[in-house]
Amino acid sequence: MENIAEEVLKGNRFALSKAITAIENEYDNATEIMQKLYPHTGHAYVLGVTGPPGAGKSTLTDKLAKEYRKRGKTVGIIAIDPTSPFSGGAILGDRIRMNELTLDPGVFIRSMGTRGSLGGLSHKTADAVKAMDAFGVDVIFVETVGVGQSEVDIVKAADTTMVVLIPGMGDDIQAIKAGILEIGDIFTINKADHDGADKLATELNMMLDLDGETKDWRPPILKAIANQNIGIKEVVDTFHKHHDHIEGNGQLTVRRTERAKNEMLDLLDARIGAYVRHNIVDNGKLDEYVQDIKARKTDPYTVVNSVLQDMLK
Amino acid sequence: MDKRIKVLVAKPGLDGHDRGAKVVARALRDAGFEVVYTGLRQTPEQIAEAAMQEDVDVVAMSLLSGAHPHLFPKVVELVRGKGMKDALIIGGGVIPETDIPALKEAGVSEVFTPGTPTTKVVDYIKANVK
Repeated sequence: MENIAEEVLKGNRFALSKAITAIENEYDNATEIMQKLYPHTGHAYVLGVTGPPGAGKSTLTDKLAKEYRKRGKTVGIIAIDPTSPFSGGAILGDRIRMNELTLDPGVFIRSMGTRGSLGGLSHKTADAVKAMDAFGVDVIFVETVGVGQSEVDIVKAADTTMVVLIPGMGDDIQAIKAGILEIGDIFTINKADHDGADKLATELNMMLDLDGETKDWRPPILKAIANQNIGIKEVVDTFHKHHDHIEGNGQLTVRRTERAKNEMLDLLDARIGAYVRHNIVDNGKLDEYVQDIKARKTDPYTVVNSVLQDMLK
Repeated sequence: MDKRIKVLVAKPGLDGHDRGAKVVARALRDAGFEVVYTGLRQTPEQIAEAAMQEDVDVVAMSLLSGAHPHLFPKVVELVRGKGMKDALIIGGGVIPETDIPALKEAGVSEVFTPGTPTTKVVDYIKANVK
């Protein structure tokens, strides 16, 4: 397909799909596509959905997307599943929970493997979000891999982040550790009909109260039973509330500015890294350096200093 | 460039047996492919649309109900209709040998019957994917 970016802007769904493939696989035309799409981004609202494996993130996302459709919004979904560190393969299974959305022309779903990224997203998630944004969806869900305690990249990619938890995953000391419990703008306890939901809500409330008066948004704790469609409207209402709040106090602008800065610096790091690597591989010096380092004739710090001095002067 | 072969493993029609599809999905994962699995009881329309949204290189259908003479060609037609001219479309399951020529005529590239080693499916995809 030629003119992928132009076709995306015209609303061609297959072009959007092709654009994301080019981005994800780093095809030669990916930069050009992003350059053309970028001016048309910034309109979609990005919702992050994160939480441990089996919490019901995909089922919840499915139900939330349907609620947005009822309210007249178009929806993009990027669902991330883990890539095997051994084979490089992946089973991308989030769509199983979203089959009823497949034929809705107001919804576009794309699955991505993490491909070595450890923060709960893939390296190319941010650009895939931009492609959907330029395509023209109103709301974009980014569903992370099932996370443990420290995969918090979603907070950099989303305007509003929801942490999905389920009862029975540990005591209250787990809830005061650093990590994903610090990034929730909204907490949703899914499978709230299971034993321990009230206790979990109490523990979360106690943890969040320790933040005291320092924050002007106290993350609400919601309950849902996604597979019975219970609590869904309340979650969407709360997304709206949080959106209005951070739009009103300027936080949305702050978040998006921070994101623009991080993305530019990440791109710069990646490009410089790739450039320098290619150079020392191409000129055959990499093996020489490694041998010298291994023999303790020199050290990696000295080598890197001299490589950078040579290349960047 | 970081290209990986992406495969949609799909169960068209009404049979509820997905053990085979899961075994194949797992073997493809272990071969380094990215496998989108969409679960049971998919219509041809859902399969084609998912294949398009995911921009897969391969659509692999598994079917044990006997409805393959109708459903496999329908999926081929709909996938091609989405503009996916290069996608490799293959099928597997309980398919009588005598049905295979007609399926191939309809655009199914290869059909794998019970007893096929998963390595054969992996090798076929690697050799034929565009």
